[in-house]
Amino acid sequence: MRPSIGGEREDKFVTKSSPLFKRTRLLEGQIDEFLDKISEAGLIFQRALKIYLEKGPCEEFESSARNVNEVESRGDDLRRTIEMQLYEQTLIPDLRGDVLSLLEDLDYLMNIYQANCYRFSIESPDIPDEFHRDFMDLVETVVTCVDTVVMSARAFFRNIDAVRDHNSKVMFYETEADKISTKLKRGIFASDLPKVEKLHLRYFVDQVDELANEAEDIADALAIYTIKRSL
Amino acid sequence: MEIAVLLFLSSGLFLGWSLGANDAANVFGTAVGTRMVHFTTAAIVCSIFVVLGAVFSGAGAAHTLGKLGSVNAIGGSFVAALSAGLSVYWMTRLGITVSTSQAIVGAIIGWNLFSDSITDSSALIKILITWVACPILAGLIAAPLYIMTRLYLGWAKFHLLRLDAYTRAALIGAGAFGAYSLGANNIANVMGVFVPVSPFTDINLAGLMTLTSIQQLFLLGALAIAVGVFTYSKKVMLTVGDGLMSLSPVAAWVVVIAHSIVLFLFTSESLEHLLASNGLPTIPLVPVSSSQAVVGAVVGIGILKGARNIQWRTLGNIGVGWVMTPLISATVCFVTLFFVQNVFNQEVYRNVSYSLSPASMEKVISMGAPAERLQALQGMEFNSAVAFRDALRKVGVLTDDQISKTLYYAENRMIVIDPGKFVRLDREWLSKGQFEGLTAVSGRRFEHTWEVSEALAAAAPDWRILEQTMLNKKHNKEIQEKLDYIYLMFSLEE
Repeated sequence: MRPSIGGEREDKFVTKSSPLFKRTRLLEGQIDEFLDKISEAGLIFQRALKIYLEKGPCEEFESSARNVNEVESRGDDLRRTIEMQLYEQTLIPDLRGDVLSLLEDLDYLMNIYQANCYRFSIESPDIPDEFHRDFMDLVETVVTCVDTVVMSARAFFRNIDAVRDHNSKVMFYETEADKISTKLKRGIFASDLPKVEKLHLRYFVDQVDELANEAEDIADALAIYTIKRSL
Repeated sequence: MEIAVLLFLSSGLFLGWSLGANDAANVFGTAVGTRMVHFTTAAIVCSIFVVLGAVFSGAGAAHTLGKLGSVNAIGGSFVAALSAGLSVYWMTRLGITVSTSQAIVGAIIGWNLFSDSITDSSALIKILITWVACPILAGLIAAPLYIMTRLYLGWAKFHLLRLDAYTRAALIGAGAFGAYSLGANNIANVMGVFVPVSPFTDINLAGLMTLTSIQQLFLLGALAIAVGVFTYSKKVMLTVGDGLMSLSPVAAWVVVIAHSIVLFLFTSESLEHLLASNGLPTIPLVPVSSSQAVVGAVVGIGILKGARNIQWRTLGNIGVGWVMTPLISATVCFVTLFFVQNVFNQEVYRNVSYSLSPASMEKVISMGAPAERLQALQGMEFNSAVAFRDALRKVGVLTDDQISKTLYYAENRMIVIDPGKFVRLDREWLSKGQFEGLTAVSGRRFEHTWEVSEALAAAAPDWRILEQTMLNKKHNKEIQEKLDYIYLMFSLEE
């Protein structure tokens, strides 16, 4: 449903009939692509973690982690291009600050995906089988949570009425993620693992859960930006 | 002579400059105030369209009289334009948007007081009504327009950036249109009185088009307006677009459109004529000012949003500015006229004399005035409208309406229809029949303007003023404007 950069069919139309708004449509396409990149990074992150849990640190995991890295770096480029254009063309003067913060915050989500991949790659935590299911649940929930906040951000640009609906789902997934991480941490500390491993695992649970917390913060900010936009 | 003309022109140019500084905010204030359009972009677009409007739409003979037309000596026009320009400039310095027209009317009132001419009380009432009615009307139009725009945008669901681009384009478009009207409608007020002393001659541009002397004069005035826009309009723009209330870009556009709608609905005689000729009820024409309409529209949207955003203090200052502008203008004009007349020995007004000649007397009696009571005034000559009016009041039997008609019939103005001046007439404006009528009375000499009007009406039906109905209003006004033009062109200066 989402157009590619600017939407090819639309682009042709634009070139012929209104070159005036061509730049605008191009920028819209870039914002869409940036949001796509966050979702893409989430999906690859999820796959990487699944591989890690199933096979442990292996080349397949490393390859996925590199993928996340590439997507993140493309996302960074897009964000910079978008920000430059917003400034250079002095677009959306009333909401520029909000949009820039939003883009930075969303970019931070990709950074967390990337940082988590690095952590797994460098520290190779040993996750016992009994926690695999909950751990994967946690990963799926935080990725859904991030995906939902991306939808909310998309709605902020295109259809502000929908922001509220998406935001309420973000809150729901964040609470779910909290529940799962608490359950996981209780399980970890109740186990017979050595203390140092418990602390190591808790650290990883917290780092993955951080994605949902960050998504929730972005949703809160979006709610305010939306009020400002509708005034 | 040339230097004197240039000196006189300078005050018109100053008035143009201050008009540019003040009135540009009406069309681009909200766009610049919301930072949607760069000041430089706004100034360039505004200047280009002001010049186009002034030269191509404002320079017809129909517009050459302007408001200052009643000031009958060039020295007086100089002072009136200077005073109006000064009062507008002062308000602009304070960042207050005011009505340039009201400043000009104020200056004319100052001149009237100085020259013992009679100020039409309706001019004062018009200003008072405008202060109240115009902002209210603009607010009443802006609020529902804002609601409708928001509903539409909610339905259309434009991308944030697309909405931004569309709004920007719409703001520039509306601003350009507004600037064109600004040039077309106001240039006569700035330069109109200087048309008779224009130092220019027609220029043929490479055989493509001709720039008439009026167009060149108006181009000069428009350039002065443009310089005003560039050098001094930013402060007022920021007051309108941001100081009074912070506006969203969409609201900024609604303000400009609401202001244009108010100007169109309540001042358009063409619209009134169109409605009347289709048997539809007409919208009463109300005096409106674009500066006051813009402020009203901003406040209208502010109230709609719960009035929390409005800077009441700024609004209060603007209100005070509106009241002060004509007062300052009148006072400055009166005092300056005194100096120019007594210190610099310049003629600032020409005495208009009034006397009840037998022909005038006949006219006055025909409208039902008691002949025997007016006999006492016959043969007397009065040197000012005020003196003659006071004398009529002493007689005591005439109603106010009869007095104003008597003033009209008794005003002495020597007019000779000199065929040698026909080449200077705007033949495109006058109809064929009207020109034939003029030819028919060619060479005749008149002592009163009403005699010219009657002679022309007798010579050609195209000069006849019709019964005063809504449908004939436009026609009659046009005839009256053309008659005023004829009086101006053929007046014999003593």
